[in-house]
Amino acid sequence: MKPTLRAVAVLSVLSCLTALPAAAQLAGEPFIHDPATITASDGKYYTYGTGTGSLVSDDGWTWHAGAERPGRGLAPDVIKIGDRFYVAYAAGGGGMNGGHAGAIKLMWTKSLDPKSPEYEFHEVGDVATSDGVEATDAIDPAFLYADGRLWLSYGTYYGYIQLVELDPKTGQRIAGNQPVAVAIDMEATAMMYRDGWYYLLGTHGTCCDGPNSSYNIRVGRSRSVQGPYLDNMGIPLLRGGGKLVANGRGRQYGPGHFDLIELGDGVEKFSMHYEADLDRSGRSVLAIAPLLWKDGWPVEGENIKAGTFEIESERSGFALQIATDFVRMDFDRRRSFMAAPTERVGPIPNQTLEQDSAAWPAGRIDVDLGDYMIRPHQQWTVTPVPEAGGVMGTPYYKIVLAGTDRTLTAAANSKVEVTPIFTGAPEQLWRIDQLTDGSYRIMPKSAPGATGPVALMAVGASTPALVRFDLKSDAGRWLFRTP
Amino acid sequence: MRTISKLALTVLALLLGGTAFAWGAESRDMPPLDTRGMTPFFEPATAGPKAPDDQGFLQRWLLLEPITKPNASNTGFTGAYVRDALAISGFPGGTAAQPKAGTTVQMGGESLRWYALDAKLFDVKLFSFAQGLNKPVYGVIFWAETMIDSPREIRNIRLAVGSNSASMWWVNGEEAAGLFGDRRMVMDDVVSAPITLHKGRNIVRGAVINGPGFSDFCVRFIDENGQPVRDITTRLD
Repeated sequence: MKPTLRAVAVLSVLSCLTALPAAAQLAGEPFIHDPATITASDGKYYTYGTGTGSLVSDDGWTWHAGAERPGRGLAPDVIKIGDRFYVAYAAGGGGMNGGHAGAIKLMWTKSLDPKSPEYEFHEVGDVATSDGVEATDAIDPAFLYADGRLWLSYGTYYGYIQLVELDPKTGQRIAGNQPVAVAIDMEATAMMYRDGWYYLLGTHGTCCDGPNSSYNIRVGRSRSVQGPYLDNMGIPLLRGGGKLVANGRGRQYGPGHFDLIELGDGVEKFSMHYEADLDRSGRSVLAIAPLLWKDGWPVEGENIKAGTFEIESERSGFALQIATDFVRMDFDRRRSFMAAPTERVGPIPNQTLEQDSAAWPAGRIDVDLGDYMIRPHQQWTVTPVPEAGGVMGTPYYKIVLAGTDRTLTAAANSKVEVTPIFTGAPEQLWRIDQLTDGSYRIMPKSAPGATGPVALMAVGASTPALVRFDLKSDAGRWLFRTP
Repeated sequence: MRTISKLALTVLALLLGGTAFAWGAESRDMPPLDTRGMTPFFEPATAGPKAPDDQGFLQRWLLLEPITKPNASNTGFTGAYVRDALAISGFPGGTAAQPKAGTTVQMGGESLRWYALDAKLFDVKLFSFAQGLNKPVYGVIFWAETMIDSPREIRNIRLAVGSNSASMWWVNGEEAAGLFGDRRMVMDDVVSAPITLHKGRNIVRGAVINGPGFSDFCVRFIDENGQPVRDITTRLD
């Protein structure tokens, strides 16, 4: 089933905010369990899952079956080092029925595209095992490549999460390396390295029971890759600790199996699966969410939901607006200041769209930035357009002045303007990615005359333009605030 | 005064063996490389008192072999179910019983033995206890008891418990904590209302139920500042 977009109710600017359910996660048929790290190869994105579950995508938004992986088995992971894609997966283990005797198997290929002449898997062999009695379960492998060293975590609720070191040149276990326990009672671990901290993420709770699954993603961190990993309360992951990163939301239940997606320019996302997407018959689906960082901890972000917002520049604090003449609101200043405390009070309406728009020209209008005055020409209705596709976990959006068809549009010469109607042209489709600090980057799908990707930037305190994004500047960071 | 049976100690010594293990790294939470059965996580309790560990966790316990209680999923561990399945009135041998290591008790059609053990880590790995005895590890109920000797009356302390999965806990016969639902063990997960430890002898009892999980628990007392209470001892005789 394709994601559905509910019609946006046009509300009076008096109430302004249009709160609608989020668009369903990802388009296509993103059915998978235990997805591996999403990996680019030969112009496409790939992820492998348990068994034969594998997905491929051209853009990271629409996913289809079609990738192939030998070995089947459980919960694979993928990492690219040099010209090799290493693929790890588990054979055996994983539960009461199958027991806990398992093996992490490794193989490599130079392409993930089955049509590529370099698509050829080479077996490396077993890099970790469990005998079914010891308190660990050799499934759910996850790679970390940091400072030239390759690590592999694995394990489940059955005892300890273990960490071993591999040779990045061969994928084989480093000679003499012994597993180190880094956590208890987790599943589907993943690791990250950032600013001198190693992060161990994993899934708490129970899987595989649809909307009754209690899966949720947790994290601890350590200055040493071998731990001890502590959560935000100082509780070791070896004592059951773990700070929440993601839990179920809306119609999607039981997130698990975190993997990092680094897109550059301050955009980080993560993939996971939901145990149950109730908009897709409760099936397990791939999902992608923004990853934020707060006080040194990873936090789940959020795609912009359909609604009406002030779009505020982090540079100047000014609001994105159409460049029209300011319209005063009728107001008795003298009475306001001189009224006795006991005089009756009552509500005064906000300025209406009709009052504000009386002198607006019918055609295109320039866009600038100004003090936010709670005026209709500063309030934007943002709506996902999933039928237009998307980019890595986020759909394209249209942005119109609330209560109108006047549409934010990329124009020539790096300008941005409002045009009378939404046509679905790529200049009117906007990619809105949440940055790691929680603000958003806004990019047109296409900008006339642009020679590369451009983003909406406050090139002056009051002047927006479509130029190259600069991660180091607040000029390209935007907040979507309740109007 | 209760004594640990020599037979029980002999049986335990045979079960636990004397294997030396190489530890993976310097950490009080780190398991040995070989984690099979009881040996890595338990040793026979000795006679006399044992202080809590440096973070106040109680490590000396009488553990009863697991009672078979099939549960395919832990999602059914509601408060009502757990209170019924783990009612203190169901304490093996009756609430007035004074279990001793090496003695057995009839539970349903099963004859189950009490063991006096010291946990080597902060938590009591019931799964490994059962595994080491070749007893069922899934779909089980475990009962536990320890006696606390306090040199003074201690008011306003709290029993802090973590368990996998659900559990019930009593101090001197009064319910102190209930952990319901599909729980995983995390230290200080559920903390009791303020309670008082008497000067002298106190008794802590607990029961843990699990379906397909890796059963364990950890218990300590914390004071009004959240700090571990360490000037107490546990003993089983």
